[in-house]
Amino acid sequence: MSNIREKLAALKTSATDIIAAATDVKSLEEARLRFLGKKGALTAILKQMGTLSAEERPQIGAVANRAREHIEAALSDRLKDVKAAALQQSLKDERLDVTLPGKALPQGHFHPLNIVVEDLKEIFHGMGYTVVDGPEVECVKYVFDMLNTHEGHPAREPSDTFYIDDDTVLRTQTSSVQIRTMLETKPPIAIISPGRVYRVDESDATHSPVFHQCEGLVVGEDITFADLKGTLETFMKKLYGDSVRLRFRPHHFPYTEPSAEVDLSCFKCGGEGCSFCKGEGWLEMLGSGVVHPDVLRNCGIDPNKYTGFAFGIGLERIAMMRYAVDDIRLFYENDVRFLSQF
Amino acid sequence: MDLSIKWLNDYVKLDGISAEKFAEEMTMSGSKVERLNNLSELISNVVVAEVTSIEKHADSDKLWITQLDCGDKGTVQIVTAAQNVFKGAYVPVVLDGGTVVRDKAAFKIKSGKLRGVASQGMMCSFEELGMEQYDFPYAIKDGILILNDDPDFSKIRKGMNICEFVGLDDTVVEFEITNNRPDCLSVIGLAREAAATFNLPFDPPKPTFNGTDGEPNLSVSVDTKNCSRYMAAVVKNVQIKPSPRFITERLRASGVRAVSNIVDITNYVMLEYGHPMHAFDKRYVVGDKIVVRQANDGEQITLLDGETRTLDNTVTVIADSEKPIAVAGVMGGEYSGVMADTKDVVFEAACFDGVAVRRAAVKIGRRTESSGRFEKGIDPINAADALFRALELVEQLGCGEVVRSVIDVDHTNKEPARVRFDPTHINKLLGADIPADKQADILKRLGFTFDGDFALPPHIRVDIHIEEDLAEEVARIYGYNNIASTVPRLPSAGAVTPAQRAKRFLERVMVGLGFSQTVTMSFVSPTLHKKSLIESGGAVIISNPLGDDTSVMRLSLLPSLIDVAVKNKRAGNRAARLFELGRSYRYTTDKLPTETDLLGALLYGENEDFFSLKGAVEAVLSAFGVNAVVKAQSECAAFHPGRSAKVTVGDETLGIFGELHPTVTENFGIKDRVYAAEIDTAKLFAVSPNERKYAKLPRFPALTRDISLVCPEEAENGTIITEIEGAAKNLESVELFDVFRGGGLETGKKAYAYKLTFRGRDGTLTDEAADKAVGKILASLETQGITLRT
Repeated sequence: MSNIREKLAALKTSATDIIAAATDVKSLEEARLRFLGKKGALTAILKQMGTLSAEERPQIGAVANRAREHIEAALSDRLKDVKAAALQQSLKDERLDVTLPGKALPQGHFHPLNIVVEDLKEIFHGMGYTVVDGPEVECVKYVFDMLNTHEGHPAREPSDTFYIDDDTVLRTQTSSVQIRTMLETKPPIAIISPGRVYRVDESDATHSPVFHQCEGLVVGEDITFADLKGTLETFMKKLYGDSVRLRFRPHHFPYTEPSAEVDLSCFKCGGEGCSFCKGEGWLEMLGSGVVHPDVLRNCGIDPNKYTGFAFGIGLERIAMMRYAVDDIRLFYENDVRFLSQF
Repeated sequence: MDLSIKWLNDYVKLDGISAEKFAEEMTMSGSKVERLNNLSELISNVVVAEVTSIEKHADSDKLWITQLDCGDKGTVQIVTAAQNVFKGAYVPVVLDGGTVVRDKAAFKIKSGKLRGVASQGMMCSFEELGMEQYDFPYAIKDGILILNDDPDFSKIRKGMNICEFVGLDDTVVEFEITNNRPDCLSVIGLAREAAATFNLPFDPPKPTFNGTDGEPNLSVSVDTKNCSRYMAAVVKNVQIKPSPRFITERLRASGVRAVSNIVDITNYVMLEYGHPMHAFDKRYVVGDKIVVRQANDGEQITLLDGETRTLDNTVTVIADSEKPIAVAGVMGGEYSGVMADTKDVVFEAACFDGVAVRRAAVKIGRRTESSGRFEKGIDPINAADALFRALELVEQLGCGEVVRSVIDVDHTNKEPARVRFDPTHINKLLGADIPADKQADILKRLGFTFDGDFALPPHIRVDIHIEEDLAEEVARIYGYNNIASTVPRLPSAGAVTPAQRAKRFLERVMVGLGFSQTVTMSFVSPTLHKKSLIESGGAVIISNPLGDDTSVMRLSLLPSLIDVAVKNKRAGNRAARLFELGRSYRYTTDKLPTETDLLGALLYGENEDFFSLKGAVEAVLSAFGVNAVVKAQSECAAFHPGRSAKVTVGDETLGIFGELHPTVTENFGIKDRVYAAEIDTAKLFAVSPNERKYAKLPRFPALTRDISLVCPEEAENGTIITEIEGAAKNLESVELFDVFRGGGLETGKKAYAYKLTFRGRDGTLTDEAADKAVGKILASLETQGITLRT
């Protein structure tokens, strides 16, 4: 009996040592098989139980069970440690140089002018306007005649306007869209017309023969100059933030009366005067005015019943100021190194 | 328009109003100030002094020691190297610490010693006062400015500020005047505006002259519709000499060079009254006859700028009995110009048609102060005022005998405009509440008079015609910014059209696919179309292009995109994915050309090929829910015939994509392959379903079968798939997964391997059913010469 007891004690000691010495999952599994497996040492010892007396059997049985439990606990504890150590090691081994570049996925960019157009559309949608568009190759009638810009006006000269033939030009402003809208729609009207326009200007840092404009038109009963002011104030605050101020300066356009140019308090210096606004504290932004009664009349709208206001803003200017772009030609060159910055 | 504040003060007293305040308020009442230029900004502590003694410096051959009497500023000793100074000379002296102009900046002068002798300042030249030779015709350029020969020497005082003597004690206000206000291109017009703006008294001057009896000995006839009034006055026995300081200084402040009294008077009056004038030497008016007429074709004239122009009958000229002596409203002829020995002159003040003058100025390539004023419209009453002012100045300067009898050929209507004045209407238009008497007061300040319910503008205001014009007058003087803002109640919520929504979505899809948006010019060079092998029928050609390279509206987005690719490659950008949403322009049958909204896309780079472009096209089609058929194309020559395809839905072709034709890339000097696509977005949007309903997710398991097919080399995947799809039931999808050539295959054959996925709609499909379907497919393919690879 003592022989079995001793064997069990020795087994326990030997197992404990071997398990403690195991450093990986594989050797622990080997240890488990060696000591606890069907053909293992413990089973071999227990096979000798038959030689024991009836009294001894439960005692030795209990000792054997404790030995098994001890070994199983030792195995499971050690396994936990080994796995933890292995995880630590593999985490260490799998360390990446996280500063290596990411896998390049193709990445597209919106054109800055488009970003500005979309901003404007969103603002004016919110204010109840509809976006309309029209032809760029347009009748002289819609670009000039009906907008009070009569034969002989300097803007109509071939030095200012691109002609296709005597009656057809590349529109110099999107106001032609307003004329088309007024001819087709009865007031009330509230539209904006962003789009390409054309002027005979050689390309340089601040001029482009093709550029983009967004014009707006509201026609209805009791539409006033004060409404124009409030509308443009709302628009500019949405575009540049609530802290900006607007200044309306008398100006002249053939198609509006009264007419106003609109200055925005410099958003860089807040109106104090800085290099951005050339010390003026103001930035010239918009042309606007109350629609000239002749223009309404030309479109079959009774100026005694309806009044309206109109305004126009250059999109390149907004984009140039927003992104600090100092050369308008960059917008049309489309160098991917430029495009990918937006 | 550059305005001298000193000159303005002749007509409206701006006492106590700073230049800055003046600029600000004038801007806000409608006369925009671009810049203020304080003429003496760089000059300080420079006074007039008399040289009381001059002696040689003991230690130098070149230096002089001068004593200067600076009046109430005391006396100073100055050592100078200048050689034109003499005892009794009046000179400008910079006192210790004073500044003069050097390199357009202020330069400080300090007391010091020159070769041991104290020098308490510096005498200076006209250049150091920031002025030029023509300001001081009598002075030498490289010496000290000696003032003794000045026409106004009698007004000089020792110790006086030099700026005061030479007219630099002035500020010039640079205005940007709008086209509708030619009256503000004058001192008097701006005086009226200033008076209204600051509510100051202003009386328009009424020029008068005495004149002498006698006949002008001149006849005038007007033989053109482009001259509505021609006034001429003769001044006899003129003495041509420099003008007095007040004229030269004011001309200089206005950016006009003084010449001599008679010519200066014409310029002075133009600036003061806004009406252009001209003076002829009467000797050279052949036949003492002035004829205003259209030029004969081919007629020539040498103008005051010394250049000879050939005219045609669109140009109005002033002629004598033989030849043109001036281009009406633009510039006088050299031959009849006023010279040093001119005896009798003819002053002209006329009204020429603005458009005719502008076109003549463009024709002869010379726009002038005069033509600029005629262009904007001219007041006939002001013509007379201007002429009388010139004659008044002749008498004031004592430089000639004015013949009292003035010639006036006049066809103008001088009836003032009568505009209904309804303060209620004005308030309604402005959305303001400006009291009626306040409105009337504003109009009075601007020189309007009233007749019952009508307001009559001053004759110089050629821009006032309708009630809205009065509203603007009232509003701008009341202050645009004093009118409280309101927001209109708009009738409806803003709407986005389906096309606008679709376009926005398309942009997002393209950006999501890694394409960057471009914006290119709408006009291109015809060569660009040719290089791109784009068919050029129906091209919209600009009649007055900036240059050949921008002379035709584009017929496709491709040429512009290829051009962008060329530039990007040249800039060293080795790969790019680009797109543009833009228009093409082409005449079809309409009066106006058809403008087609297009999506253009282009890509190039090491990792790009036909299939990366095709993948993008398919992604776009999928995003729009469009089931399109892609097939080989040969319509568009810009593409490689074996590597391009068209996207079709039914009979409609949505677009074309593929590799650019090698000739095209070669034409553009591109060595690599470039892939491009062009899709008609309106057509794309039209076939995109408006509504989408979800398809139920499958409930039954799928069965797959892989088949490898031996097909002839010319067989197309698209056709095979169509064949497969047509032959089997319960086929959910068919997918090409391998392409194989060579090996045991016959020459001219290839193997395409497909994964077929079958799925029952109402129950689990059996293997037998799937096998049966495959059998049918194979049988169908066999008729096309395609067999199962074994």
